Amino acid sequence: MADSTAGVASRHDSAHLHVSGEARYADDIPLPAGSLHAALGMSTVAHGRIRSMDLTAVRTALGVVCVITAADVPGHNSYGPILDDDPIFADDLVQCVGQSLFAVAATSTDAARRAARLAKIEYEELPAILDIRGALAQKSFVIPTQKLSRGEPRTGLAAAPHRLKGTVEMGGQDHFYLEGQVAIAIPQEDGAMLVHSSTQHPTEVQHKVGEALGRHAHDVVVNCRRMGGGFGGKESQPALFACAAAILAAKTGRAVKLRADRDADMVMTGKRHDFISDYEAGFDDSGRITALAVMLASRCGYSADLSGPVNDRAMFHVDNAYYLEHVEIVSHRCKTNTVSNTAFRGFGGPQGMVVIEAIIDDIARTLGRDPLDVRRVNFYGTTDRNVTPYLQTVEDNIIGLITDRLEQSSNYRKRRADLAAFNAASAVIKRGMAMTPVKFGISFNATIYNQAGALVHVYTDGTVLVNHGGTEMGQGLFTKVAQVVAQEFGLPMERVRVSATDTSKVPNTSATAASSGSDLNGKAAQAAAVAIRERLVAHACASHALTAEQVRFEAGRVFLGESSMDFEAFVREAYAARISLSSSGYYRTPKIHYDRVTLTGRPFFYYAYGAAVAEVEIDTLTGETRLAQVDILHDVGRSLNPALDIGQIEGGFLQGAGWLTSEELWWNARGELKTHAPSTYKIPTARDWPANASVKLVEGLPNVEDTIYRSKAVGEPPLMLGISVLHAIRDAIAAGRPGVLPRLTAPATPEAVLRALNELNQA
Amino acid sequence: MDEPKIPQPDTACTGVRFMLDGQRIEVRDVPPTLTLLQYLREDLGRTGTKEGCAEGDCGACTVVVGEMHDGGLRYRAVNSCIRFLPTLDGREVVTVESLRGAGGALHPVQQAMVDSHASQCGFCTPGFVMSLFALYLEGVPADRETVVDALAGNLCRCTGYRPIIEAGCRMQGYPEPAVWSCEDAQSPHRRAALQALRENTGKGQPLVPGFHAPTSLDELASLYLAQPKSLLLAGATDIGLWVTKQMRDLPPLIYLGEVVELKILRESDGILEIGAAVTLADAYAAIVARYPMLAELANRFASPPIRNSGTLCGNIANGSPIGDSMPILIALGATVVLRKGAETRVLPLEALYLGYQKNALAVGEFVAAVRIPLPAGTTRKVATYKISKRFDQDISAVCAAFVVDVEAGRIASARVAYGGMAAIPQRAKQCEAALTGQPWSEATMDAAIKALAEDYTPLSDMRASSDYRVKVACNLLRRFYAEHTSPDQQTRIGAVFSASGGG
Repeated sequence: MADSTAGVASRHDSAHLHVSGEARYADDIPLPAGSLHAALGMSTVAHGRIRSMDLTAVRTALGVVCVITAADVPGHNSYGPILDDDPIFADDLVQCVGQSLFAVAATSTDAARRAARLAKIEYEELPAILDIRGALAQKSFVIPTQKLSRGEPRTGLAAAPHRLKGTVEMGGQDHFYLEGQVAIAIPQEDGAMLVHSSTQHPTEVQHKVGEALGRHAHDVVVNCRRMGGGFGGKESQPALFACAAAILAAKTGRAVKLRADRDADMVMTGKRHDFISDYEAGFDDSGRITALAVMLASRCGYSADLSGPVNDRAMFHVDNAYYLEHVEIVSHRCKTNTVSNTAFRGFGGPQGMVVIEAIIDDIARTLGRDPLDVRRVNFYGTTDRNVTPYLQTVEDNIIGLITDRLEQSSNYRKRRADLAAFNAASAVIKRGMAMTPVKFGISFNATIYNQAGALVHVYTDGTVLVNHGGTEMGQGLFTKVAQVVAQEFGLPMERVRVSATDTSKVPNTSATAASSGSDLNGKAAQAAAVAIRERLVAHACASHALTAEQVRFEAGRVFLGESSMDFEAFVREAYAARISLSSSGYYRTPKIHYDRVTLTGRPFFYYAYGAAVAEVEIDTLTGETRLAQVDILHDVGRSLNPALDIGQIEGGFLQGAGWLTSEELWWNARGELKTHAPSTYKIPTARDWPANASVKLVEGLPNVEDTIYRSKAVGEPPLMLGISVLHAIRDAIAAGRPGVLPRLTAPATPEAVLRALNELNQA
Repeated sequence: MDEPKIPQPDTACTGVRFMLDGQRIEVRDVPPTLTLLQYLREDLGRTGTKEGCAEGDCGACTVVVGEMHDGGLRYRAVNSCIRFLPTLDGREVVTVESLRGAGGALHPVQQAMVDSHASQCGFCTPGFVMSLFALYLEGVPADRETVVDALAGNLCRCTGYRPIIEAGCRMQGYPEPAVWSCEDAQSPHRRAALQALRENTGKGQPLVPGFHAPTSLDELASLYLAQPKSLLLAGATDIGLWVTKQMRDLPPLIYLGEVVELKILRESDGILEIGAAVTLADAYAAIVARYPMLAELANRFASPPIRNSGTLCGNIANGSPIGDSMPILIALGATVVLRKGAETRVLPLEALYLGYQKNALAVGEFVAAVRIPLPAGTTRKVATYKISKRFDQDISAVCAAFVVDVEAGRIASARVAYGGMAAIPQRAKQCEAALTGQPWSEATMDAAIKALAEDYTPLSDMRASSDYRVKVACNLLRRFYAEHTSPDQQTRIGAVFSASGGG
């Protein structure tokens, strides 16, 4: 793409606003006169029936204008994305600590929050199930268990040269978006409602608000210019806050802002699912897996939310980059009396991958082989051994190429030898390293969501306004879409503006999720731009007596055979000739299909690949760990914007590493989450970015599928590069002890590491 | 309970006066606990500064505060979310909106962030910009470690930090801006403006109803004796959370930050005395200058914005079982100077703590200073270790301190203290007994570790289990021994930290 805007490392379209504090988030929007501020009242027990709810003190508190409960919901009391099991306000049965019971609107945020604490609620407490083991023991599930099987796993296990059983445990993760959940509902005329919501899914918020108000989709407009981070936490969760604000606004006739403070946000909203997996693997002398049976069990919390598709994706990523000829995957979706877990970057994929990477590591240690070598013998083939357990053929496999390149560039073998020498001489501090691969399926599992719309206007001064169904949460989607539109019109970036996502401009959108943002919306915006451009070309041909091949849009000019003119002048000419300068655009992903009953098909349009080599140090006296170096090679096809893509890779990697090391969610025996603020929940800080880091894009390999300019999705896959850190720690724990299998649970906090070390010492 | 009432709006209040973008701001009749963040966002509509956690732990709310110091202006990053507005009296406030120059030109810090692709969602960005701006005003090119230290109180969930660190390393390379260059920050007009704020300051009147800021120790002592149910306020890094998190209604506040005698930091007769208004940043700088082996703890104590607001004596008086200062101060034999009315007494620090959130202070009595014995002789081995889930800005699971004198191969004296192991910061008496008089040897350590396990029965909570706390407490004694017998052996993760350790 000569003279292109696509493929260039343009800065984020809001960068100058971010750094000057001028980027406007929902909480920064000036409010109409008389606006109210809201807070939610929460349950304080994990499981129980509400015996009485006395809100007298809440209603009479200073500044309180309106208090609502389930009885005040004019429409449907539910914000569940798939099933109707998430009441906006619980009215009888309470199923987790922090469940929403009522809402208060007052003249200030402080007044609302203070009032919400004055409720007198009596419960009849019921026995609570708080964790996965407890749920498994009682067969407590939010949705039925799923099973995926291919080949003859049981026979294969019986016949395997080696067999190994093990358990893998990993914790959940809070999204910790820096901007918490927030919604502003502003009543409009004739019963309509405008909602500013920090949401990855404006259409779902629109529908849920409409249903809660007893109105229709065309009565509700949802608007979102940007989020201060999403990571999946603003896919299904914002609807609760938007619905409560909208009901209060409808009832009072005044604008209502509901912004959860950090603690309420963390207590009330769902997180990444924690998982337990029991496995049995059969393998040969090379470490190649000949048969595998895996049980996955996740903590879904009290309701289904998105747990069905999350767990499906976990099942679909137990293979990661490995061919599993005879395999059985059983997936239990456990119901617990804890907050309902939800989407989080990777959407179950990371948990599936952690399981298989642990299995491979166990096999390698059992055989005394380098885990990288065992990974290699299990990789998918390119011409054979290339069908996934869900029967999709892997047609674009480049994992071998990536790991070969990275092995060289990271100096893997030399460093591994150095590390062994270091460990032999160091009693207290041990080093470890690991390379782990990523193969991540791109597309929503549910085929229906793989569609998008856009709206492009060209104005007569030659500037362009773009709207599309995707949302901006920091990933740079708006920048990439602007690059696409600029590319199609041959315009510099400053001529293209992307406006806030708005359900009244582009309807029926999918969540900005599943890494799909630029794939879907880039294509939709391209379609809209091309539609306009084709009209302009037709006009040029007609009015300047040219063929279409003689018309080019480049560098802000329109080339018309031998002559050229400013885009602006040409557009004015077209306008004068009464050519429409506005178009919608639409895209649906081709080739994909999926059978939800058999769990087979081609759910993914393509795969994104990557690999990371992490090296760590651990302190065997304290269990503290430090990431010393990381080398990453990641596949984004032909990059739409290398700067933004590198940003996604680095940020995803560290978020994944944080999940598996320092980020620990801790509930007490009453089911109360005690890690509900940054003082107790520890995401990585700047020092945790390693001093030695190399992050590179795979060069020269465009997407084999026809994606937008042959790019690849990049939102989620890099998170799973963080698994390399967990395995480097495991490698350090096992240092100098061939054949041992450390029982390291994630997150690998100092305590978890020391526990694993002590178990080895006592063994 | 006859809780004292916050007085009604009173014309006798002097008001709160501070500078913002060259404008003198004067505020009266605001609640004494109104935070700077609330004031900026809700009263002034300056929404660039963000609320991420309202507890000083994420840094989205970071602003820079300038104040007169040694004849010049000193600028420090602070968390506006827990900073009560009246404590800004006489100071200059710089927010992210202040930095753009004429015509909207970005400040070098901002431009470096843009050029490094250092923002994604952008919500944390204003806080990072302000932390880097405080570093920028120090006027020297910063390396990675310096930048990382300066950013320890800022969380970003998007970028992985690499580009932000890069921006911090390159920001000094940009052409000087017209506004908020290092020179401009020290310009006479800024100093004059701050001095002018101090004129016509009322004597003995509250700044706003319920907020007194006495300027002398005697005034403070008599005020507190007369109103002992008032709450003494220094950096508000804990009290701030009582308001923002617990929504407590506080009694009238007496602010220590203007008391001249409490700002002292002096060395005499082998004692370092640190007054109750000295920030953690200044206090630890003075301590580390004398005890270099405490550098790592100093660096890991909360974050720069917290250390710039909070005080060492506040940490001590607060008396949290997980406060990081107390174990080493107790082990060093520090004492606290207590003042009540006209009376002064001195107490060993460990005697201040009677039980969980119970201390030996009498009604109307307060901690005026801490006195730390300076290093004596070369046979003394000193170390303090902090263990937490995250290296930076975390609260200790366990914090250990060892002060051991070894003479002719024997342990002449041993003081061992821990945080996170009991309801108060506490000495390990059985461990000390097992060490004292014994040879400085591995065998002695084994015996001392056995004894140490009997000293404490710690809690299990979200930071660590009881079992881990005991194990790691014992292992830290091993680390102490290893570092003082085999100094060439690596005992800390990351070479950078080993260099500052050892002692």
